[in-house]
Amino acid sequence: MKKFAKQVIFYSALLGIWVLVAKLRIWPPYLFPPPWGVGHALWDGFADHSFWIGIAVTMKRMLIGYSLSVVLGMILGLAVSSNKFLEETLGGLLVSLQSLPSICWIPLAVLWFGLTEKAILFVVLMGSLLSVTIAMEDGRKQMPKIYGMAGRNLGASGFHLFWSVLLPASLPFIVNGMKQGWAFAWRSLIQAEMIFLSLGLGQLLMMGRDLSDMSQVMAVMILIIILGYAVDGLIFRTMERRLQEKYGLTPA
Amino acid sequence: MSTSPQNAYPAAVPTGPRTGVRANVFHGKPASSVTTFPLRPASEMVVPKVALEGISLSYKTTSGDRLLALDNISLEVKPGEFLCIVGPSGCGKSTLLHLIAGLQPQTSGKVLVDGTPVSGPGTDRILIFQELGLFPWLTVGGNVEFGMKMKNVDKAEREEKVQYYLRLVHLLKFRDSYIHQLSGGMRQRVALARALAPEPDVLLMDEPFAALDAQTRDLLHDELERIWAETGRTIIFVTHNVREAVRLGDRVALMTFRPGRVKQEFSVNLPRPRHMEQTDVARTAGDILDCLRDEIDKSLEVEYADEKVR
Repeated sequence: MKKFAKQVIFYSALLGIWVLVAKLRIWPPYLFPPPWGVGHALWDGFADHSFWIGIAVTMKRMLIGYSLSVVLGMILGLAVSSNKFLEETLGGLLVSLQSLPSICWIPLAVLWFGLTEKAILFVVLMGSLLSVTIAMEDGRKQMPKIYGMAGRNLGASGFHLFWSVLLPASLPFIVNGMKQGWAFAWRSLIQAEMIFLSLGLGQLLMMGRDLSDMSQVMAVMILIIILGYAVDGLIFRTMERRLQEKYGLTPA
Repeated sequence: MSTSPQNAYPAAVPTGPRTGVRANVFHGKPASSVTTFPLRPASEMVVPKVALEGISLSYKTTSGDRLLALDNISLEVKPGEFLCIVGPSGCGKSTLLHLIAGLQPQTSGKVLVDGTPVSGPGTDRILIFQELGLFPWLTVGGNVEFGMKMKNVDKAEREEKVQYYLRLVHLLKFRDSYIHQLSGGMRQRVALARALAPEPDVLLMDEPFAALDAQTRDLLHDELERIWAETGRTIIFVTHNVREAVRLGDRVALMTFRPGRVKQEFSVNLPRPRHMEQTDVARTAGDILDCLRDEIDKSLEVEYADEKVR
């Protein structure tokens, strides 16, 4: 409760400064709107359905692109971690590719797929696939070897060993990889949407710029923050916390 | 029981409880109850439960040399016998258990169980790891059930055995707890129940009580001895604690340091139940320790030498 009180004070102060600066009119309102201007833009956006559509379109892409990258990333991560040759060759390439910001894939995506849905999904995929793969690979390596041995010792082999031992043993690492993958996918998608004519939140952001409507820009930014945070904070962190409790990983 | 003329006819008239006879044998050896064998016990008619025939293991070290870890080890363990293996750290005693469990192949030699060579893991031999390796994603009950599930034991029977074995280790109340909620001694008992539940003939134990405090360990010694007597399993128990070995074992095999060889075997003819603090246990342990000392010195020498190089 004390933490909550601190947060209330902090955000009230932030809002207060915002109001103050806006009131001082250092910049014209269309460049620096007051909080109620942004609130108005949010209201209008939802009222004329453009924000609803934007959220729906963006989340749909997110779901497809992200699911694809989780599935492919897990397969790739498993392959790389269980094969010495792949680990020494492909593993290194993946790590080096991860230093490439996902926005760098856009020119390639446009040339290959045109200004289409596929191009956006491709960028999302490239943005999050690598981090999921690397997290999976790391997880397999960090997973204590004792579990596999104990499983084999108790008569598990083949699919049973994978399903009943190796998979649950690496679950904390998998969830971590999924979380990272989500964060990367989210960033990549918004970036890609800003460049394509795409109906998504990214495009709404750019539309605000084209109309010199700072209220809309900030309204969309707030939406992006809230959505991204909600999934990360509510879904992944809860999953992580539950898992850590169950596995006894939480510091006592 | 005093001798009587009837004793001349042993087939017709039983002379008394078998244990009484055994006790007489023990009392007949007042000085030390250790009998040492040159290297192997006199071969008997019974097919050994576990037989190691000339087991060797070598592997490449990081510097590229070949290290001989185990050198021509031969051992026989009778059905229902409690064998303890002692040796200095680094002598390969844990590795030996892994070989018997079939988790790792040996370079040469054979591991025979009931006369049949071992070619991989099997639920007829279950190893309790030093680190236990209990599954944190399963409850206590789930852990105990695991081996039986892998053996496709049907649900009703699994249920019954989980109950039975948890009661055996006094953990029935903790059936639905997760592993991290238990104390060290309780985890040991879960590991024991998990290993016993698939009903292996041979139980392999790798320094299972090394990390426990003395009281808990003593308690678990008593429990293990009781469970061993109740279930009649063959146990191969690895430890670096000679007293523990004497406390528990029918026989103690002493291993040398690098390469691991069986230096000597001692049979322990002390009456059960035994206790760590008993004087005859201490005396027997002392005899074995004298023999072990050279090996410990060797192992320390190597460890200190490693330190100097660095």
